[in-house]
Amino acid sequence: MSHAADLPFWAALPVALLLLVGAGLALTGSIGLLTLRSFYERLHAPTLGTTLGIGCILLASMLFFSVLQTRFVLHELLIVFFMGVTTPVTLMLLMRAVLYRDRREGSTEVPPVSPSSEETEG
Amino acid sequence: MSATLLAGAVLIAQIMLVAAMGCAAFRILRGPRAQDRVLALDTLYVNAAMLLLVFGIRTGSTHYFDAALVITLLGFVSTAALSKFLMRGEVIE
Repeated sequence: MSHAADLPFWAALPVALLLLVGAGLALTGSIGLLTLRSFYERLHAPTLGTTLGIGCILLASMLFFSVLQTRFVLHELLIVFFMGVTTPVTLMLLMRAVLYRDRREGSTEVPPVSPSSEETEG
Repeated sequence: MSATLLAGAVLIAQIMLVAAMGCAAFRILRGPRAQDRVLALDTLYVNAAMLLLVFGIRTGSTHYFDAALVITLLGFVSTAALSKFLMRGEVIE
């Protein structure tokens, strides 16, 4: 890590903190994915890592390369944008598919289709 | 001083991200149903992208960013396709 010796201390400290916070959030989300009991509870856990976790690490990366190259390096905003748009879409698609499967199997875990929601879902 | 601080933080972050990937991989193996495996695969993709970004900070090169971008895009497409498959039984109708 010889290139990091050029980095001033005021930039190295927030980069290190953001890296640790981001990785810690990802680890928390994955442990939640491993230990929570039902699928609908597990669906919430990884979103910690996919939103705030990757956001912290991308912020650290932006700060690191901007200070190191003394110009604005902002292409990480692409990943922020893509993750922000795609994470809710994919997880809602997955949740709807699983709800459909559970209802078709007649599972008692999920509420039955109510008449009002059937009209809007139709 | 700042090099050692950053080296330690990068090392700890890499260890934590690998542990997170291990948790997701274990959930893929254990299941119990198909939807758990799809969700764990999505988490594994995001953790791999984060690991590549941390690796880019470690080596000081911006080339790893492109790999992370490709991984996030492929993760979105694969999870959407697998959700469609779980819902309908086929991806393209």
